[in-house]
Amino acid sequence: MKSCYLGIDIGSVSTNFVVIDEDKNLIEKLYIRTQGQPIKILKEGMERLKLSIGGERRIAGAGTTGSGRQLAALITSADIVKNEITSHAVAALDFCENVKTVIEIGGQDSKIIIIREGLVYDFAMNTVCAAGTGSFLDRQASRLNIPIEELGGYALKSRNPVRIAGRCAVFAESDMIHKQQTGQSLEDIIGGLCQALVRNYLNNLAKGKKIEAPIFFQGGVAANVGIAAAFEKELKTPIIVPPNYDVMGAYGAALLAKDQVKNKGYTTFKGFDIINIEYMSRSFKCEKCANCCEVVELVADGRVQARWGDRCGRWSDVEQRKQVAHSG
Amino acid sequence: MIATFPHMGNIYIMVKTLFDEMGIDYVLPPKCSKKTLEIGAKYSPEMACLPLKINIGNFIESIEKGADTIFITGACGPCRFGYYAEMHREILRDLGYDAEVVALEINEKGLKDLIAKLKKLTGGKKLASLAKPLFKAYKALCMADKIDELSYQTRPLEITKGQTDKVIDDYRNKLLETKSVKETFELMRDTEQRLLNIELERKDTVKVGIVGEIYTLIEPFTNLHIEKILGNMGITAHRSLYISQWIKEHIIKQGLHIKSKKEFAVAAKPYLKTHIGGHALETIGNSVLYARGGYDGVVQIYPLTCMPEIVADGIMPAVRKDYDLPSLTLVMDEITGEAGYLTRIDAFADMLIRRKQLREEKKKNEVLLLRH
Repeated sequence: MKSCYLGIDIGSVSTNFVVIDEDKNLIEKLYIRTQGQPIKILKEGMERLKLSIGGERRIAGAGTTGSGRQLAALITSADIVKNEITSHAVAALDFCENVKTVIEIGGQDSKIIIIREGLVYDFAMNTVCAAGTGSFLDRQASRLNIPIEELGGYALKSRNPVRIAGRCAVFAESDMIHKQQTGQSLEDIIGGLCQALVRNYLNNLAKGKKIEAPIFFQGGVAANVGIAAAFEKELKTPIIVPPNYDVMGAYGAALLAKDQVKNKGYTTFKGFDIINIEYMSRSFKCEKCANCCEVVELVADGRVQARWGDRCGRWSDVEQRKQVAHSG
Repeated sequence: MIATFPHMGNIYIMVKTLFDEMGIDYVLPPKCSKKTLEIGAKYSPEMACLPLKINIGNFIESIEKGADTIFITGACGPCRFGYYAEMHREILRDLGYDAEVVALEINEKGLKDLIAKLKKLTGGKKLASLAKPLFKAYKALCMADKIDELSYQTRPLEITKGQTDKVIDDYRNKLLETKSVKETFELMRDTEQRLLNIELERKDTVKVGIVGEIYTLIEPFTNLHIEKILGNMGITAHRSLYISQWIKEHIIKQGLHIKSKKEFAVAAKPYLKTHIGGHALETIGNSVLYARGGYDGVVQIYPLTCMPEIVADGIMPAVRKDYDLPSLTLVMDEITGEAGYLTRIDAFADMLIRRKQLREEKKKNEVLLLRH
């Protein structure tokens, strides 16, 4: 049976799975909407992967990333847990070793990664505001009654894009409504929206950073041709959208897992058995001190498998000790 | 009089020592917690910064435990903090608490006002009676800061992971229970020794300087225990400001008219020539000093809407460029979901570790080239 490696990226909007072989070729990819239920979607994805690759290949290692990376790692016993920045950079570098800038716009956050000599040299992530991220575009598309996939196409048809304030999602929306009520065309409004988001990204996130080519555009929003075109216009440089732009985080996690397993010599990955286990996560407020930590428990088939979220280690420690006792 | 005061890192150790030594009745405010912040945020103006909200939370929690007199330090003009004493007073009065707020500051009424306020502490006795207790309190603070600093050094190097955390947790718990100054000092000496006894690896770690606004820098509740997080990732953190050092520079040296060497101000000169309030000048100057000192990066921390730090944040790109110094800015507010911060810190740590590895490889190759 051939070995392959699994990367899982649990994001706020989508959960992505990537399976690569020993030669880093992409065997399988899945892009599923998280819908606020990471555990359910994780199991669903694993089930689909089992069906498509289960018979002929063995998963020799797994890595997780994204905002749900800890949870995914606990459930699957992944070999490596990595932040999104590193995962995206590793994936981009694997695709093109000369890449110098990675623009990544996901569901709830956007990032810029500056790479020099094959190394993350600098990065930034948006902080408080969600303007310019996937969920905002999603909302605008549904408000205008346009499928999100077609939003970018409208922008490309715009002749005279309107000026929209891109600094804040609330301002941007009220600006859009105002322009719409004065009778501007849908194309020009969406064209203006794309430009506003790009302007905001460059002024805010990329502030003081030197954007050099080759520039990669990754994440779900890279599917939007209107945003890509607006970046090209503003930067006066071609933008490369890599073939698996939507699952680059998961791809990076799979690559990292492959390296990790090679160094370690074995995998901790539990396999597809998790599909048959009933997982539940619940939380409670610890009242032992004034910190009042919100402790999260992961319960597998009625047994507590892990706890986290406590500052003092009272709860998470107990679990670790139990695990040591079990394995010993 | 049952006295109380706001929390700010190790300050409580100093004030506790002072009150214990003078035999003043006091309420130690409960450790800053989500509950403190919840209370504070509920009763403070929405636009106020995080420190004010936590102060208000501290006061209300203490008043509910019986405190009736709140001692705070005032300061005219470093930033919004300058009028916080007045705001504290108004907010508490609006809520119907009749606690007295005593701001120890030199204001337009001159020294007389300060002396009158200090006499509240001495119970009418001569101010000279304050000297010895103050000295002991200051010493306790210095020791507490020293313990913190030591823990930042042992954590990334300890052979058995978690040892430093254990010593520190144990010390913090016991500290709340000491009944006399003698006991406090014994505990601190013992803790220092325990930290020194931790077996350490010999290796060169990645070093990060912590700069930013003083409250968020010093109160661990507001900075996610940043030094601890970095330490457990194998990174040595160095904090640019300690409260004991601040007292030495601003109160002791100024009081004795000793000119202090403001290295940071000199270092900041090409970017910022003068004080603009808060700790902006320190943030810029100390970042430069860290870069020159061979540090691998800096983390800047400040509360949302802090004007001086926003200005410093705007200047940072120039420092980063001139010294090729990576920096990470963390803006703290009422957000309790720590995951977003941890992702950024994790990515920053990853980046610094890889940069250092690459630098060392390059150096090795150069040496090899020279030999051949």
